[in-house]
Amino acid sequence: MAELKTAVAEKPKTAEQLTAREKAIRRLQEKGILTMDGQPMPRRKFLVNLALAWATFAAAVGGALTVLGGFLIPRVDFTKVDVFKVGPPDNFPKNSVDETFKDSKGVWIVNDGQRIFAMSIVCTHLGCTPNWMPNERKFKCPCHGSGFTMQGINFEGPAPVPLRRFEVSLSDDGQIVVNKGRLFMAEKGEFDDPRSYIPV
Amino acid sequence: MSNSTSTTSQSLGTQVRKSIFRVGIPNTDRKRVLVVLGNVFLHLHPTKVRTSGVKLRYTWCAGGLSFFLFLVLTLTGVLLMFYYRPTVEGAYVDMLDIRSQVPFGIMRELHRWSAHAMVIMVMVHMFRVFMTGSYKPPREFNWVIGVILLVLTFLLSFTGYLLPWDQLAIWAITVGSNMAKAHPFVGAAGPFSDFLQIGGVPLVHPGSDARFMLLGAKEIGGTTLLRFYVLHCVGLPLVAATLMAVHFWRIRKDGGISGPL
Repeated sequence: MAELKTAVAEKPKTAEQLTAREKAIRRLQEKGILTMDGQPMPRRKFLVNLALAWATFAAAVGGALTVLGGFLIPRVDFTKVDVFKVGPPDNFPKNSVDETFKDSKGVWIVNDGQRIFAMSIVCTHLGCTPNWMPNERKFKCPCHGSGFTMQGINFEGPAPVPLRRFEVSLSDDGQIVVNKGRLFMAEKGEFDDPRSYIPV
Repeated sequence: MSNSTSTTSQSLGTQVRKSIFRVGIPNTDRKRVLVVLGNVFLHLHPTKVRTSGVKLRYTWCAGGLSFFLFLVLTLTGVLLMFYYRPTVEGAYVDMLDIRSQVPFGIMRELHRWSAHAMVIMVMVHMFRVFMTGSYKPPREFNWVIGVILLVLTFLLSFTGYLLPWDQLAIWAITVGSNMAKAHPFVGAAGPFSDFLQIGGVPLVHPGSDARFMLLGAKEIGGTTLLRFYVLHCVGLPLVAATLMAVHFWRIRKDGGISGPL
């Protein structure tokens, strides 16, 4: 008897006879959201599918961002490291600032009586170029008035730290070699590093 | 709440959410339509698609794949622009350096392969549209736009061909630009160019014809490279993207994705 009832109930109806609810169920069945028995997708299956979908999406986005970030960081840096000779130590008398290489190489060669060092011409405040004032024995920055002693120590104006120095060494022919690829900073205690100066 | 029009009665979170998502959860057909209409990317597409229209065996998704490849080419192309200099000294070495000295140097190959694939896929799309008769009224105008997009694809491919700046590139563009020289009226070596003169002074000569305009000089050089680079990276993609927007819009206006009308 039950079989007979079922057979009658499943007799296909035409579209006009379906109620709105039956139409909706049929549509959801076609999409696979409801099983053909009219049961919803099991919760476990839904959660697994949802997790898989988000994991795939996260992997795709993460992979794309990895490629993007990696591509923008090249393996090679073509920045030219400036290494040049400035002449023998005798060219730089005691208590003098040599401005020969200021325009061409961006360094002052300073002999303060005890050490010869190569000092950066870039102001530590905002990057202007200070001027050497021979009469006042100081560097003065025209932009915001920072003042530096002959050793490049900041003593007036907004500059927060002393001027940077570059690595110096003596070549085989007795000339001073300046390597602008290596900076020495006073605030890191590097001015006493023997590579940052040549004793007089 | 529903009667209140004052935003002060809403919490800030609600106001922010409503300022972005105007419609709310799209749980009715009307809301679904409003969501699509209110989205700048989705509104180019139909709110409803015929089931037959998304059948792979009918459309091959050739147009969609062409657009996908265009997006891939845009993305990889912009990334390549970070390293490539369109100069006689820089172009070839930069092209080589991108492959070896940058992580994911396959970016250049991706761009190249995608370019080949896009040319193929655009032609496959055209073949499918022809075979299914989808060029017929009311879609004849969209067919014309599609043909222009095909030409733009070829031009993008042609201008990109020069950028590696190797022997293959230079001689390919030499051959290609010689065709411009042989064109009627506008090419110095082409027929009828002699007619274009004023008082015996020729208007079309090797220093003023179509080839000269293409190359920026009488021979391929730095001017040509820069010209092709600008066309390849800015000019042609802008025109192509604009026409693509029109193309997609017309699909919607002309009866949806192809299928029996």
